[in-house]
Amino acid sequence: MTTRVFSSGIRRREDPRLITGRASYTDDIKLPGMVHAAILRSMYAHANIKSVDTSAAAAQPGVLAVYTGADTEGALNPIPCAWLIPNSDLKTPAHPAIAKDRVRYVGDAVAVVVAETRYQAEDALEHIVVEYEPLDAVLNPKAAAEDGAPQLHDDAPNNLAFTWAVAGGDADAAFAEAEVTVSDVITLPRLIANPMEPRSAIAQWVGATGELTLWSTSQNPHIARFLSSVVTGVPEHRIRVIAPEVGGGFGSKIPYYPDEAIAAFCSMRLGVPVKWTETRSENYLATTQGRDHIEEVEMAAGADGRITGLRTTVYAGLGAYLSTAGPGIPTILHGLMYSGAYDIPNISGVIYGVFNNGTPVDAYRGAGRPEATTLIERLVDLLAARLDVDPVELRRRNLIPKFENGHDVVTGLTYDSGDYEATLDAVLDAAGYASLREEQARARSEGRCVGIGVSTYVEICGLGPSQVAGAVGFQGGLWESAIVRFHPTGKVNVMVGSSPHGQGEETTFAQIVAEEVGVDVDDVEIIHGDTDLTPMGWGTYGSRTTAVSGAAVTLATRKIKDKSRALAAHLLEAATEDIEYADGRFFVRGSPDQHKTIQDIALMANVAWDMPEGMEPGLEASAFYDPPNFTYPFGAHLAVVEVDTATGRIDLQKYYAVDDCGVQINPMIVEGQVHGGVAQGVGPALLEGVVYDEEGQPLTGTMLDYALPRADSLPDIVVQSSTTPSPHHPLGVKGVGEAGTIASTPTVYNAVMDALRPLGINAIDMPLTPEKVWRAIQGAKNGG
Amino acid sequence: MILKVPVEITINGKSYGGEVEPRQLLVHFIRENAGLTGTKVGCDTSQCGACTVQLDGAIAKACTVLTVQASGSSVRTIEGFADGADLHPLQEAFWNSHALQCGYCTPGMIIAVDELLRTNPSPTREEIRHGLEGNICRCTGYQNIVKAVEEAAESMRGG
Repeated sequence: MTTRVFSSGIRRREDPRLITGRASYTDDIKLPGMVHAAILRSMYAHANIKSVDTSAAAAQPGVLAVYTGADTEGALNPIPCAWLIPNSDLKTPAHPAIAKDRVRYVGDAVAVVVAETRYQAEDALEHIVVEYEPLDAVLNPKAAAEDGAPQLHDDAPNNLAFTWAVAGGDADAAFAEAEVTVSDVITLPRLIANPMEPRSAIAQWVGATGELTLWSTSQNPHIARFLSSVVTGVPEHRIRVIAPEVGGGFGSKIPYYPDEAIAAFCSMRLGVPVKWTETRSENYLATTQGRDHIEEVEMAAGADGRITGLRTTVYAGLGAYLSTAGPGIPTILHGLMYSGAYDIPNISGVIYGVFNNGTPVDAYRGAGRPEATTLIERLVDLLAARLDVDPVELRRRNLIPKFENGHDVVTGLTYDSGDYEATLDAVLDAAGYASLREEQARARSEGRCVGIGVSTYVEICGLGPSQVAGAVGFQGGLWESAIVRFHPTGKVNVMVGSSPHGQGEETTFAQIVAEEVGVDVDDVEIIHGDTDLTPMGWGTYGSRTTAVSGAAVTLATRKIKDKSRALAAHLLEAATEDIEYADGRFFVRGSPDQHKTIQDIALMANVAWDMPEGMEPGLEASAFYDPPNFTYPFGAHLAVVEVDTATGRIDLQKYYAVDDCGVQINPMIVEGQVHGGVAQGVGPALLEGVVYDEEGQPLTGTMLDYALPRADSLPDIVVQSSTTPSPHHPLGVKGVGEAGTIASTPTVYNAVMDALRPLGINAIDMPLTPEKVWRAIQGAKNGG
Repeated sequence: MILKVPVEITINGKSYGGEVEPRQLLVHFIRENAGLTGTKVGCDTSQCGACTVQLDGAIAKACTVLTVQASGSSVRTIEGFADGADLHPLQEAFWNSHALQCGYCTPGMIIAVDELLRTNPSPTREEIRHGLEGNICRCTGYQNIVKAVEEAAESMRGG
């Protein structure tokens, strides 16, 4: 195969509309007769609703209707959870789109106003009178599971949504026999995904035809259609979901939200299109959040530093209701990843999924894996410190050796391929590890607090085999499909069921088609994000789009190639097996002049003047790809920090990333994913975290209070990669969207702890804000 | 009846008039009244910079300016940067450097960078990062934006 466009960093084909302001996001769409909805949200974290008086609001200028939970009850089914993990005693209390009797978090919907303008709708919200009876609230996920804690749902005693366990080997025996053990309690704060585009939905119900169209900021329009049907009762084939340009999601646009259902309900009642767009403050209250773990963890090892066991008890906050994928994240995507890049023979973990009076928790970039990688990498560093071994050397003693086709870990997964030590070596090389340690020693002798942090990671992506999805309770499949359609002029449309929203697949998928059949990249247009125009697919998340949807594009294009070969043989009056292919031409072996280009074939197939007997006209193929296994990208990252002991401020000075995501289609895009991913993992290590007060009021209510990384929070990131193809993937691709986020939180955290170790400080809860670091330093000075 | 006030604002060289509520935000006039949706709303509190426009030659966050304050002024939005198919050097540089992913912050980012380079045509990396502080991007980690600014600076200097 000649390589023309694969592995080349061509410019993205989606960019011209984005850099000129011509892209159309949901809130940019204006339909004739469209009116606007605004949602009144609970100001209490937990309260009974005694009464809701909407009369004054209904009388406000421009107001068309005000609806409450009494109106939607019965008209809308509860918002479903779609990941019903088995063997966990899972409780699924009803999640009404609009609360009627009780609110359970600040942000729970209480009423909706529909008015001619958004300003009018928001004005009218202030005229709704709600009488609440406040109840005690609980946010800390461990406290929520204790006896006597305020109870959120009658059918979930002790606020336990589930108790899920993972076990492999005999961890208790390993701990009983261990020569050394280390332990820690790790808090991973709640995080706000913060896509720059707030969520938005436009619902258009046409009563005469019974058709509902929903424009939605969704990462997975086909799932949104499926769940819209479940909630509204409109048959699935009469629902069209369009995810137009979507401005980032990072997991927070996976769920099917009450707000989409409310917009649909309003349109169905009023017979006009209804738009709802959240404010950023609403996003901070009512868009799902990530993490919220308290992890009690311990590691057993021999005196030689060989890890023999890992035990965890994790309290995972789920928020007030189970979101679409909520239960699957701290379990399947977390507990099964406890081996990380290491050979750990004995693992046991118990994960308590706990309701608390916060915004529902669902996927946020990495989803479960940053939480797992952080605890593993933290314990490895503690073990290294305990044994007084260099943390890199300790990792080396425990890494899974190179393998090319399958490695079983005790949690039950089979990693596809890996060369973990190679990425570790590469990152040490890139950073100049030995000289960094020398510089650190010099700095320490001058009284400066410099730290070096290293982490390895393995992530599970390319979700995933549908049979496994079913076995772990996911209420859907995880395959993808694609249709590749050649037009008479040789130009190509590719329709995919996945729904990229910044990841660049309009470019990488065109590169796949160009690579497979030799058309120009610019002759391929990728169509996605519209359930009426695209075949079924389960969406863009979990680093799966290029791995799974891209495989479907590949297989469909290969079918095109097979048909083209047969048609070329017929037109060239040769046998199919005598037709060779190179660079977009099908030719008779030994006679390259006797050829048909793919464009010739496209024309001849579409006009169908001279088809071989039995061959259908047209040049179009579809493929459904259900992966045989997950893919397991991996890598090693390294960070250097300096802590200002006078102020507690952390200066992240250097960052190195070596990632192996299998075969790369567009290295420029891969590198961009790593940059963004690293930034999103540095955030929670140093800056980010939702803060609630005792009563459950969020104190981080705007971008002013919730600290996101800005351009000057980060150093230039040095990005390198290696290529270990996935053995089971048609292109060898693994996926890269979450890698940076998974690795960077523990890398930076470990670097800061390395800097502070000489002061006797071993743990500070994330995020490592200057105040917390300063207090820890003062405490160490005063307490010794 | 809410009082409405007549305004006239020139956006990208074209005059847009109308009667607006005194409380209307400029970003909503640009998006709703003028129909120019390239300018985005990201946070409503002037933290994120997605709504950044040029107002009489200086940058402003259009979510924090009232339409009536801008009456009689000249506004330039992202739609005023390309001349037909001819991209502005900044747009070209953002494209070349893969300085955007979802694209939502990009219009405001480009306008902020335009001001940065008008006030400092040869910024250091540190100055670029400092100059981008008022605009949040969640996709790129900023690194390729910094690279794009360097490329644009060079091409705009004619170098």
